[in-house]
Amino acid sequence: MFLLAVVLFVIFAVTLDRFLTAGNLVALVRSVAILGILGLGMGLVVIGRGIDLAMVATMVVSVSWSLALADTGLPLGTALAIGLVFAIVVGLASGILIAYATIPAIFTTLAMGLMVYGSGRAWLFQVDVQNTPANSAFFDLLARATIFGVPMMIVAFAALALLVWALLKWTRFGRFVYATGDNPSAARVAGIPTRLLVVAQYVITAIIAYLAGLIMAAANSGMSTRVYNSTMIYDVLLVVVLGGIGLSGGRGGVRNVLVGTLLVGILLNGMTIFDIAYTQQNLIKSVILLIAIIIDSIVNPRDEQTAQQEQGDI
Amino acid sequence: MKWMKLLPAALAAVCLATAVHAEEKGLDNHVKRDPYYEGLKGKKVVFVPLAMGFDLTEGWAAIMRKQAADLGYSFEIRDPNWSTDAGTRAITSIIAEKPDLAIIHNPDLQSYARLEQRMVQAGIKVLQVNLEATVPTDYYVGADWVKVGLIEAEALVKKCGTGSGTSGKVAILEGQPTAASNLYELYAYYHVFGQDPAIKIVADQAATYDPAKARAITETVLQQHPDLCGIVGNWDNQDVGAGAAVAAAGKSDQVYIVTSGGGSKTGCDNIEKGLLDLIVSYDVPLQGDALNQAIVQLLLSPAKAGEIKSTYFTPLTLQTKETISPRSCWTLDQLK
Repeated sequence: MFLLAVVLFVIFAVTLDRFLTAGNLVALVRSVAILGILGLGMGLVVIGRGIDLAMVATMVVSVSWSLALADTGLPLGTALAIGLVFAIVVGLASGILIAYATIPAIFTTLAMGLMVYGSGRAWLFQVDVQNTPANSAFFDLLARATIFGVPMMIVAFAALALLVWALLKWTRFGRFVYATGDNPSAARVAGIPTRLLVVAQYVITAIIAYLAGLIMAAANSGMSTRVYNSTMIYDVLLVVVLGGIGLSGGRGGVRNVLVGTLLVGILLNGMTIFDIAYTQQNLIKSVILLIAIIIDSIVNPRDEQTAQQEQGDI
Repeated sequence: MKWMKLLPAALAAVCLATAVHAEEKGLDNHVKRDPYYEGLKGKKVVFVPLAMGFDLTEGWAAIMRKQAADLGYSFEIRDPNWSTDAGTRAITSIIAEKPDLAIIHNPDLQSYARLEQRMVQAGIKVLQVNLEATVPTDYYVGADWVKVGLIEAEALVKKCGTGSGTSGKVAILEGQPTAASNLYELYAYYHVFGQDPAIKIVADQAATYDPAKARAITETVLQQHPDLCGIVGNWDNQDVGAGAAVAAAGKSDQVYIVTSGGGSKTGCDNIEKGLLDLIVSYDVPLQGDALNQAIVQLLLSPAKAGEIKSTYFTPLTLQTKETISPRSCWTLDQLK
């Protein structure tokens, strides 16, 4: 996949006039930064042999609720804290259902996403687009500020990527995630607290979703809950699978998420510059996802020994 | 004080006398009032929007609900939440329920067209609101999208066309590619832009009502064409993302952003923040009143479903930094 990204990059760089300018490259990364951040969270649970389809719902509802509360006059800090707590509760609920009630992650999180979105629309806010507060220093900083010419969004993406990388690489938690993802039964026999580990993964993913939402709200000066109805969650999966994180767990890392994100970014950016029509863009995107999944299943074949076990394959 | 005890009785007697007297004065106008109120009472109206929860549908629904409660006909909302599939199921069940009137907000020109014909055949009158299907039914109340597009495009030509001293480069941000608003506006854009040789369309991309997508597209276009002069878009709730991208690039003074919307406070806020420059407003409160008028007319009319086909294109107003005032932008609370 890394090769594919490089090939596409070279093709666009040669054929498109202004593709290789610093400005365009920054725009390219920025346009997929949120996808990338969500991909980091998704990558983490997929490595642990799970999946979180509730990420987009958690993102839009927690942040929209915060913004709605801020709009009613609550101090922004308190409102944001409430949103964060909401996201953590959602992550806890998913994690507990998956780890202790052993309901397959794909169904738990699918239902959780619907539930979160539904309750948000029913009780937490009235209108489906919440604007960020006018003249908020916090959101202005996220939206406009740059560090050495690099926008805050990309800095945040890089910082989170570094954090997740360190978590997976250097901590016992990270090692355990790989071990559980590779073979849950063996991990439990070896004495790893697999259930707690699963809960922790979903909580971390929910927090990452919340952070992605904050950055998204800053970038668009508002949060649209309609995002939940889009194909975004599949785009996040696309990033993870394109990057080469096997859906059967235990393989891959942050590097793969970055490659996947950049590949999608290059693709979207190039197609916009070529001014390709919407439906054709979707077609191209889905064909590439299909190819990526085929390659994934050849490179990472299903493990017959672990596929049938409790936690299951996806 | 014996007369004090008599006072209430005396007063009551006087009141009774005047009351009897008043009953015989004036006219009760039963000729018009009876068929009007009796004709509306107990009727059934169903509304299928694209989704609830955004300014347009919430605004219309608030106004329609108020009149329904006042006049005693039922008003129900079947919310498909942006899913054409769920909308199709809702309409199918409406055909079985046989209400007197169905109000349909079409996600695109084709999806519900067949079903609307079936509704009419089943004797249900169909009122289409703001986004029409290819097939006309009993009534259409909403914007004339070609006109909206012409106004938008002409405003942009004034800013970026011949003699403006700009690059003449414009970008088009479509909404949902197959929606009525999109196709009719697109015709107007290309028609107007084609007449001015100075105008160059450098991008024509669909943002599918998503501000994040509008932002990403605009960012890329701005990289390719740093001298971009203007953007014309489908909907204010979407194009605020384009405005955010332009503002982030520090080009708010250079790029003129034209769009259309329902004229709500959020749109006005975005003009005030400098994210949008011109909104062609189809004025939701006014559309709500027009809808109410059409509902009464359809419920009372002896004509059969599909017999008479009427159209009312609602008036348009232009919202810019100069023309907006707190009174010209509505909030949902005002309508409720």
